[in-house]
Amino acid sequence: MEQPMHLIKETDYGTPAVTAEKMVTLTIDGFPVTVPEGTSIMRAAMDAGIKVPKLCATDSLNAFGSCRLCLVEVKGRNGTPASCTTPVAPGIEVSTQTPRLKQLRRGVMELYISDHPLDCLTCSANGDCELQDMAGAVGLREVRYGYDGANHLDSEKDTSNPYFTFDPAKCIVCSRCVRACEETQSTFALTIDGRGFASVVSAGMDENFLDSECVSCGACVQACPTATLMEKSVIETGQPEHSVLTTCAYCGVGCSFKAEMRGEELVRMVPHKDGKANHGHSCVKGRFAWGYATHKERILKPMIRGKITDAWREVSWDEAFAYAASEFKRIQAKYGRGSIGGITSSRCTNEETFLVQKLVRAGFGNNNVDTCARVCHSPTGFGLSSAPVFASRMKKRLREGAKLIVIDPRRIDLVRMPHVEADYHLPLLPGTNVAILDALAHVIVTEGLIDEAFVRERCDWDEFQAWAKFVSEPRNSPEAVAKISGVPAEAIRGAARLYATGGNGAIYYGLGVTEHSQGTTAVMAIANLALATGNLGRPGVGVNPLRGQNNVQGACDMGSFPHELSGYRHISDDATRALFDSLWGVTLDKEPGLRIPNMLDAAVDGTFKGIYIQGEDILQSDPDTKHVAAGLAAMECVVVQDLFLNETARYAHVFLPGSTFLEKNGTFTNAERRIQRVRKVMTPKNGLEDWQITVKLAEALGFDMRHEHPSQIMDEIAQLTPTFKGVSYEKLDQEGSVQWPCNENAPAGTPVMHIGGFARGKGKFNITEYVATDERTGPRFPLLLTTGRILSQYNVGAQTRRTANVAWHTEDRLEIHPHDAEQRGVRDGDWVRLQSRAGDTSLRALITDRVAPGVVYTTFHHPDTQANVITTDFSDWATNCPEYKVTAVQVMPSNGPSKWQEEYQELSARTRRIGDLAGAAE
Amino acid sequence: MQRAPWNRDRAQAIIDEHKHLDGAALPMLHALQHEFGHIAEEALPLIAHTLNLTRAEVHGIVTFYHDFRREPAGRHVLKLCRAEACQSRGGEALAAHAKARLKLDWHDTDAIGSVTLEPVFCLGLCACAPAAMLDGRVIGRLDRARLDNLLDEAGR
Repeated sequence: MEQPMHLIKETDYGTPAVTAEKMVTLTIDGFPVTVPEGTSIMRAAMDAGIKVPKLCATDSLNAFGSCRLCLVEVKGRNGTPASCTTPVAPGIEVSTQTPRLKQLRRGVMELYISDHPLDCLTCSANGDCELQDMAGAVGLREVRYGYDGANHLDSEKDTSNPYFTFDPAKCIVCSRCVRACEETQSTFALTIDGRGFASVVSAGMDENFLDSECVSCGACVQACPTATLMEKSVIETGQPEHSVLTTCAYCGVGCSFKAEMRGEELVRMVPHKDGKANHGHSCVKGRFAWGYATHKERILKPMIRGKITDAWREVSWDEAFAYAASEFKRIQAKYGRGSIGGITSSRCTNEETFLVQKLVRAGFGNNNVDTCARVCHSPTGFGLSSAPVFASRMKKRLREGAKLIVIDPRRIDLVRMPHVEADYHLPLLPGTNVAILDALAHVIVTEGLIDEAFVRERCDWDEFQAWAKFVSEPRNSPEAVAKISGVPAEAIRGAARLYATGGNGAIYYGLGVTEHSQGTTAVMAIANLALATGNLGRPGVGVNPLRGQNNVQGACDMGSFPHELSGYRHISDDATRALFDSLWGVTLDKEPGLRIPNMLDAAVDGTFKGIYIQGEDILQSDPDTKHVAAGLAAMECVVVQDLFLNETARYAHVFLPGSTFLEKNGTFTNAERRIQRVRKVMTPKNGLEDWQITVKLAEALGFDMRHEHPSQIMDEIAQLTPTFKGVSYEKLDQEGSVQWPCNENAPAGTPVMHIGGFARGKGKFNITEYVATDERTGPRFPLLLTTGRILSQYNVGAQTRRTANVAWHTEDRLEIHPHDAEQRGVRDGDWVRLQSRAGDTSLRALITDRVAPGVVYTTFHHPDTQANVITTDFSDWATNCPEYKVTAVQVMPSNGPSKWQEEYQELSARTRRIGDLAGAAE
Repeated sequence: MQRAPWNRDRAQAIIDEHKHLDGAALPMLHALQHEFGHIAEEALPLIAHTLNLTRAEVHGIVTFYHDFRREPAGRHVLKLCRAEACQSRGGEALAAHAKARLKLDWHDTDAIGSVTLEPVFCLGLCACAPAAMLDGRVIGRLDRARLDNLLDEAGR
């Protein structure tokens, strides 16, 4: 375990930092202080080590000036201004402690305490209460008003939120929660109800928190200075005694957290103020949804079975490793070296991913390794539900005046929600991304909106001209594309003009772009737009994929693809392979191995027989569930390493219980290439960290890849990977995080790529011809289905379904336009049958005009729904990324779950039995 | 003060009439209260949606102002000034008399819906304290007899 740190208490400077060129010098309590112009007196004092008493101020929020505790005196000025709202001025002499201030502050505290319960000893905030601290700081000794006057002590506590309580009796109405909801989270779900003494904090229209507009991010809880808003886990457990800094295992934002501990018990997760990706903020998943780590369904003992219809038998680790190794060896002896493979996980650490691909390449002796990054499909639309902390910051920028163009088939929240309104929403038909992008380019080129200087300097001019000629063709005009995409030509023109002329323009995209048969083309088309308008290579611009899973970036970097070694170097490159050969003492195969879909095809054909799957549920997350099931069922040894008996494990012969991110050391790499430490805060309940399991499996196979600590694995990665050359745990511990490339040219890492030139030379314009997907609607399947995610759930839901987050999403529903619903006699909440060429499933309908007529939408967080039963196996031409986003379907009323779902339920129960005793059969 | 019964479409129409204004929430609320006699809970989400605000924000605005009513008032509304100047000129005794005669406490409306009794803090008539307001009309130099006359006028 990592050396425990004391409980980290970040310094609260009271008001946000100010950046200004001009510095101002003043004196505070006789000490000279120099700070940037515009800094508050309160913050300047804190810089000098002088704490001014305060309650409503905290440095994550703008100054508010309501608590009247931070009053100071300024020589030569009248009155006692609030130090939080008063900026510094040159030469002023400030006093923070005078007899007059002392009297005022005591008076204010007396008023607060006259309406506050005196139960400090039994209060959950005891030890972490700013009100208590301030009572001490001002020397409160009596409350002259007594406690019998009007008060709020009988107010009812709101316990509706699964993760925190709201106790208005303890509220001092400092508005920190209301402001945090607005400024930090951008949700505006809280307000002050009433005025004067009657003021109370209200969620929504005096609703309980769960029913209100609250998204349970917890920013209010973190901002509350008292026990009014308090984590239920703290109420149950008590105050933590030490913290460990670690990185969230949910999405690609990569929020840095303080895991606040009591011994080995996690008390709460608090986003770390110095976290460079999240700056002290987080979402409901990262902060609260960690209960899955101790969920009763988590498997803690290794298990094996001969046939998937047998009950599982719990065995020792050694027996499990020996069995898996002997099976893999037997299969390779019988069917050949290429008959087994492995799958790495975007949820595991870089080190674990690296080891799995090393085991496959060097231990199995083939390149049959792939990762779920290919099939990751977390985000809804443009990924904001899956990257909530990013969404909060984006909304803040929008309130400050940034313009927004949304391209999404659905009217997603971001199109119009409180305080956000997109300037353009292009509600394209699913599958027409490339056509729309080409039309945008058409407008930019034909209306002369390109950044010619940038293109001439940074790109190949001839290539640009060829591309410009292509996009200028009439078939790429908005008027032509309007017919294909359903988006009015004027909207396309307006959006193109805004992007090209609105100043810095950044493009963010999620899997709405990649999960199409033309996903790669669409990514190229996006790059073309950025190049043509000069929106690359400096802060505030660029092309930014939003990663759904925490370590998609890392999994890709670590050589998870069958054709690539770490750092995106092709397996056929002799020099690169030689480097690995000499360090690992093997001879790597120069031929790329099989991708996941190819492995499954080969399994069905009978040439692929064994697989090692780490931390990935391919049966639930991959398209065309039936094909995946057939592939897995045809294998002779499926080894699954996971926290739970996931869907894939129903076809497994060996189950290796995995560890959570709280139980292991390693690193994750977020969507901005930021490598951050994951630190072990508790002993793995299953006994081994995931990387240790891979090491031991390798050992059983006779391949030695021993490591004592993940830091050594990172050293090996650095040794073998030029872009990681400067990365080490020592550096990460020192810097907090590093963005690769990190090497001799960039020892501190690389925050912005492509400054002054592109890594691969000239910026490349690609011709991006729109090709309609083979998946077409017709009389039998007249609707287009697209799938996505919601905020409170994560990926296939294996973790979030096992936390109280189910309060926000109890089932997957099918969104359907009122027009389409009426035609089919479907009412809101009815069971409907959703049928495609590949299969059918049943779920309940949700009638909404968020989707256009002709388009239906659903999520797939719950295995009972199995939305992927009906998605097809069309995939992207370049990467095999499956086409989740477009499937032609029909919808009709039904009475309940489909036959497939019933069979599935039955099979699911049958293939998940765990024997009571070793060897106990039916 | 007979007012129209709640009607969602009418409420939305009133809201839409004002949505072009800067700071449109208050004019909307005034117009709704004028039409319906009070601000129904159902009106808040309509305002929120139209102005692209949250329900919470509109709730904050409505509850801040005492003069936005959340429930229908009686046909007549009698407001008695409770501020310092009026108190010093016998306002306390007049308030007690009004409460006793109407058998009402502050903010209550009688069972037949004829009168609502409300406290108010300063009508700007301190020079002719104690002061009152009946259905928007201000009355100075109030005494017991004039108060009884006002209540007679209100049908009580």
